[in-house]
Amino acid sequence: MNHPQKKKQNKMRLTLPLEEYMHSGHLACQGCGATLAMRYVLKALGQRTALCIPACCWSVIDGPFPYSSLDVPIFHCAFETAAISAAGLKAGLEMVGDHETQVVAWAGDGGTFDIGIQALSGVAERNDDIIYVCYDNEAYMNTGIQRSSATPFGAWTTTTPVKHYKNRPKKDIDAILAAHRIPYVATANISYPEDLYRKVLKAKNIKGTRFIHIYAPCPSGWKTRPEDTIKLGKLAVQTCIFPLFEVEEGSTWKINIKPREKKPVEEYLMRQGRFRHLTAEAIALIQEEVDRRWARLLKYEETSPL
Amino acid sequence: MKKQQPTKKIIFHSEKEMPLAPYSLGSMLHNRTGAWRNIRPEINLENCIQCGICWKFCPDVAIYIENEYPVVDYTYCKGCGLCAEECPVKCITMVEEEK
Ligand code: SF4
Ligand code: SF4
Repeated sequence: MNHPQKKKQNKMRLTLPLEEYMHSGHLACQGCGATLAMRYVLKALGQRTALCIPACCWSVIDGPFPYSSLDVPIFHCAFETAAISAAGLKAGLEMVGDHETQVVAWAGDGGTFDIGIQALSGVAERNDDIIYVCYDNEAYMNTGIQRSSATPFGAWTTTTPVKHYKNRPKKDIDAILAAHRIPYVATANISYPEDLYRKVLKAKNIKGTRFIHIYAPCPSGWKTRPEDTIKLGKLAVQTCIFPLFEVEEGSTWKINIKPREKKPVEEYLMRQGRFRHLTAEAIALIQEEVDRRWARLLKYEETSPL
Repeated sequence: MKKQQPTKKIIFHSEKEMPLAPYSLGSMLHNRTGAWRNIRPEINLENCIQCGICWKFCPDVAIYIENEYPVVDYTYCKGCGLCAEECPVKCITMVEEEK
């Protein structure tokens, strides 16, 4: 590599640690957000981590037997059991005297919002000592872009075709988890890796069930350009479609990023093929819903502790 | 982070060589995903301000740091274009692969 010699060799200004626990060669599509989520979360958790991964994109991304693209152990569990497998693994580790290893349930939105919610709710109610990470790409991407209850209103998927696009709002999973009064619930976004990193570190030092909901764009399923992944993440926060906040003990709500000027949702929607069919009326409906949810969130924060 | 070295594929010649439980025996680094690429990022280091943003946002961990500058690892870069899009001084260009 021919480095520019005339310049002084400054240090790279890195905002995240250099250590990598995920390496190249994995099977994710170009521009995958879920992969970035894993990379950042492992940077924060470090080597003493074990993952439970149910059926989701990541069970493919990691690679087929006998390979893995992560430097931490992974247990591939059944679709509906991410949370409880992790809790079981944690209990087993405790039995053999390992109190240090962080056990992480790592599931997609299908395995969290739909299929895994029963096990997750049980774990949260018992306050089992695990970190639950849901990387949310807003549909069953791995099996071919089928609608999930995390799919937002208006979106095209293969089971909600353009003529019958999804006409129900996205399930508010964070409020559901906060209602379990677990010690920590947070939303994060791959476009704000420093915020994500901080939240995972914070979660690491809390005992009990910790839930982190990570927004992860999916170029293949959203019909977006792979190079837009980070832009979309930023727009999702700036339009307040996916606000970044934390909830402690289910009662103290704190919004981490309040956009000075809320961007119109249209800017976010029109970058994505899955929303391209939307009429002006439908977009107005989405804007209304986003505004309502944002106002409610502001109120939660204002009246904290609830 | 240093440059990663590709690993060998694991081949079982008979069932006996397989582990009793399906656990992982090696890394995916044998999978040279650079073959997926249609366009390749080229960094013009003259203009690089060493912000590390390209390194940070590469979903394939295909940018490593050498002598305090980013270097693209073409063995693994899938050509998503994220690094070029996010570079604040636009010193990464995506050029068509010929082959
Ligand atoms: S084009 Fe994509 S895969 Fe290649 S180095 Fe840039 S961000 Fe990484
Ligand atoms: S994003 Fe651009 S300026 Fe920043 S380190 Fe990478 S190449 Fe250099």
